[in-house]
Amino acid sequence: MPSSDRQVERLVMDAGDITRAVTRIAHEILERNKGVKDLALVGIRTGGVHLAHRLVKRIQEIEAAAVPIGDLDITLYRDDLSLRKEQPTLRKTSVPFDISDKIVVLVDDVLFTGRTIRAAMDGLIDLGRPAEIQLAVLVDRGHRQLPIKATYIGKNIPTSREESIQVLLEEEGEDDRVVIFKT
Amino acid sequence: MSLKRKDLLSLAPLSVDEITLILETADSFKEVTGREIKKVPALRGKTVVNLFFEPSTRTRTSFELAAKRLSADVINFSPSSSSVVKGETLLDTARNIEAMQADIIVLRHPSAGAAESLARGVKSSVINAGDGWHEHPTQGLLDLYTIRERGLSFEGLPVAIVGDVAHSRVARSNIHALVKLGAEVRLVGPPTMMPCGVEKLGARVYYNLDEALRGVQVIMMLRLQLERQGIALFPTIREYARLYGLTTERVELANPGAIVMHPGPINRGVEIAPEVADSLSSVILEQVANGVAGRMGILYLLSGGN
Repeated sequence: MPSSDRQVERLVMDAGDITRAVTRIAHEILERNKGVKDLALVGIRTGGVHLAHRLVKRIQEIEAAAVPIGDLDITLYRDDLSLRKEQPTLRKTSVPFDISDKIVVLVDDVLFTGRTIRAAMDGLIDLGRPAEIQLAVLVDRGHRQLPIKATYIGKNIPTSREESIQVLLEEEGEDDRVVIFKT
Repeated sequence: MSLKRKDLLSLAPLSVDEITLILETADSFKEVTGREIKKVPALRGKTVVNLFFEPSTRTRTSFELAAKRLSADVINFSPSSSSVVKGETLLDTARNIEAMQADIIVLRHPSAGAAESLARGVKSSVINAGDGWHEHPTQGLLDLYTIRERGLSFEGLPVAIVGDVAHSRVARSNIHALVKLGAEVRLVGPPTMMPCGVEKLGARVYYNLDEALRGVQVIMMLRLQLERQGIALFPTIREYARLYGLTTERVELANPGAIVMHPGPINRGVEIAPEVADSLSSVILEQVANGVAGRMGILYLLSGGN
């Protein structure tokens, strides 16, 4: 959404913060899983896709090993499909490898209610049976409605429900930053 | 964007953006149909009724499979097994089906306009699965999807539609959509099978197949409706096959890499030579496979909540 529609923008992470958070998460993923064996990253469309690519690039720089990467569209697994008047636009899922027995790290930009992650886990399990699913997010803003917890967190940012948070990235033609709006 | 329509009755009124949205949605479902578990929960709790007043295996099965892969409940309703033989009207039949909480009704009917009049009378979404000689929009869409999947773009694309254009609802849907998307549409067939004033839709009419095929990228064959032979639109099937049958030699008149399409069921040796139907340029079975993905896309787009 264009920032002009919103009121009061507050910067909570700048480009340097985002880069450092991605680097730390990459190290944490490698540490927790003892390297890249059986590791795969899957970005949730659209917010998680670029972050997943950045993480894979960082992991490859650290470990000099390739990690399979996929994009997951969760639209068909949303729990509010039958409540909506018009159907949301589908974007293609592309997971070009077998996820069975892999340690799959789901990647998203913001963790909020947890409903997206629930849908993503259902979507993922329809593709195969991973050995383990972990979750990496750049921002955890709280307000969970489901018992879901991130494995790797870039930054915890307490928010009120009236606020909305946006991760803007270079890949989308923006300067890297995380901002909070009051709507 | 989203499809702001209750029904899909014909391709004539759709905008280029709407057609593009449907094709892109179909592409997402193509990925689903390639999975080991070919099922997604998107239409859980919805009911799709296949209401078929004409025999059809391919289209009905395709819709049934599409609905099932979206986790909808499917009911097949055909007149031979229903009260239609007892004199019930189409609208009354449909209202009964609707009273059983059907969300989407897929209608195949021998009369042009049946889907449209049904759509006005019921709250459920109606998908036209072929109405008389009028339109067969989902076949048109899966044909477009198949062309696009082959990496062809519609702008300026030379397409020949060959055969009984007058009695073909598939041809009508394709002409509307292809012209809208900027393709160069050539219609070929004997004068008895060419509807009057069809040029007004933006297509060019040919009576000589060889001439029409020169330089085309897509050859769309229509089924010769042998059951209509009694109307005497041509002297003999042999003559028709000689003048308008697609042979290997004729395919060579088209652009290298041209694709051959047919909505099925094919009459081997009549409108299409067996070796052409089985050749590498034939995408006939891809059309069938894409039919399921395309129909999943349409069912999904029309299934918004109330």
